[in-house]
Amino acid sequence: MVSAPQLTASMSGDVLELRPGGSWTAAYVTALEALSDSVAEQLDRSKAVRVDMTGVSQLDTLGAWLLEKISRRATSAGRRADVVGVADDYAGLIREVRQVNRHNPAPASPPNRVLVKLSDIGRSAIGSMEDVAVFLQMLGSLSMALFGVLRRPRSLRLTSLAYQLYRVGFQAIPIMVLITFLIGAIIAQQGFFHFRKFGADAYVVDMVGILVLRELGVLIVAIMVAGRSGSAYTAELGSMKMREEIDALSTMGLNPVEVLILPRIIALIFALPILSFIGSMAALYGGGLVAQLYGGMSPAIYIARLHEAVSVTSFKVGIIKAPFMALAIGIVACSEGLRVKGSAESLGKQTTTSVVKSIFLVIVLDGLFAVFFASIGM
Amino acid sequence: MQGAAPQYAIRVKDLVVGFGRQIVIDHLSLDVRRGEILGLVGASGGGKTVLMRTIIGLIPRRSGEIEVMGAAIGRSEDRSTQSAAGRWGILFQQGALFSSLTVRQNIQFPLRENLKLSQALMDEIATAKLEMVGLSPEVGDKFPSELSGGMTKRVALARALALDPAIVFLDEPTSGLDPIAAGEFDALIKTLQKTLGLTVFMVTHDLASMYTECDRVAALADGKIVAIGPMNELLQSEHPWVRAYFHGKRSQMLQHQAS
Repeated sequence: MVSAPQLTASMSGDVLELRPGGSWTAAYVTALEALSDSVAEQLDRSKAVRVDMTGVSQLDTLGAWLLEKISRRATSAGRRADVVGVADDYAGLIREVRQVNRHNPAPASPPNRVLVKLSDIGRSAIGSMEDVAVFLQMLGSLSMALFGVLRRPRSLRLTSLAYQLYRVGFQAIPIMVLITFLIGAIIAQQGFFHFRKFGADAYVVDMVGILVLRELGVLIVAIMVAGRSGSAYTAELGSMKMREEIDALSTMGLNPVEVLILPRIIALIFALPILSFIGSMAALYGGGLVAQLYGGMSPAIYIARLHEAVSVTSFKVGIIKAPFMALAIGIVACSEGLRVKGSAESLGKQTTTSVVKSIFLVIVLDGLFAVFFASIGM
Repeated sequence: MQGAAPQYAIRVKDLVVGFGRQIVIDHLSLDVRRGEILGLVGASGGGKTVLMRTIIGLIPRRSGEIEVMGAAIGRSEDRSTQSAAGRWGILFQQGALFSSLTVRQNIQFPLRENLKLSQALMDEIATAKLEMVGLSPEVGDKFPSELSGGMTKRVALARALALDPAIVFLDEPTSGLDPIAAGEFDALIKTLQKTLGLTVFMVTHDLASMYTECDRVAALADGKIVAIGPMNELLQSEHPWVRAYFHGKRSQMLQHQAS
């Protein structure tokens, strides 16, 4: 009974006779669309149309709709349309299809391009204001939660804090050491390669020491942490939000900021300075190794030069920045997590936003600190 | 809807399904006639959903034969299972709508993937399906996360029906709906089944749907079908589990009201 569909059209007087036949089902949709389009011209020339369905062996919603469209095209132009010879099996379907697509909402007129562009600009301006507001709001509720904990120290979630510290601090050490070690080694190698031309080999140690301790150690580690732990925070909080776990917490009279977010951010604030310190040491070690293997500088000289070149101030300048960067990363990660909506796509989008924004903020903070330290002469 | 089609939509013979050492479906046989609504009942965790998922090929089986619309379903995820996919539509318990697509795109998805047709026709078909499941065309632009529970089920049904399948599988279609919405959904399935000539395989716990909707009810216990037939026959069954199911307090109450 499965056979290719056909549609024969013949004019008897002013009446267009249409005889569909074969299978009018979704499987033949490409042929069906072409068939029903092919009679459109004749349809517009005729005075009335008669659809004889006796030859149809199979019919489904798609086929019924295409036949219905032909009759509708006729009736909308004020002509008569009759459908005859409908098999009993398909009478219900034909009746059903006659009801649908009756009151189509008028398609929206294509919007003005200039206006769309302008509204996009406006929207993103408002969006960035909103971002600032969200950041400040999170900072505020975090401070509130912190004061609450200071008043009642027992309400601090120590277990959670320790676990988070283990995750973002301890477990991160190997990868941080590896990356900073390589960065230190690369800087030293580049330094020797270029400085050698001026006979300024000795100053490579100054460069490596100051660069690593003041800027790179903390910056690289902060960016790594934003990518590694910030994204994890956003995804965790986001999926908790999606599964209404956060709502469940609030209905039990608990403050989600205190329970979930405070331990995470405090862990980050502790972990980042420690990781920066370890990272800086690894970078200096990497620099020293290259100095010995590539620059031909003995470790004793390297250490002596380092001793002269860097002071405690350089170290302090670097490490002071770490907690602030951690705070920025934590706040962005957690507030983006709470902005996740129902869909899987929004979780992905918010995680991306969180990483991009926190890396951006880390670099901006670093710049601001550079200005600040320069002006106080450190 | 095929003229010379087999009498049975689904035939299951000697099916065995297990996980590890646990046997969930134990030499089960079941025939679903064409054009009927079959309700499947069983204890929670008793293997109803496992049976359904095995028939549609989501869970591998240990042994046994499965035939859908006269064609054997392969044992693993091979081509024959995939080609059968066009012949059935599945309504998952939670709807399983794609959350990143709008309602209209969700309904168009099976059309777009399986057929070659113009976007205009696809839009019309999607709107037609939406109206057939009793939703207004405006719903088409919403995202699944913006829908209520009842609407999600309707949209999922519209998507299941997108390709005009011969069989639809419904996994607890009325769970989580209020009695009015559940009643409406039952009526909708009944109407669509008549209009489109569907065979419906429905896993359910809803006694009301069984009374009003199902042509036959099959009871699954101990990994086997222990009773099958129209509702009044099942009520006569002597099997202890079936008796407990249909003659418990809650069932008695419903029967009282029905009579």
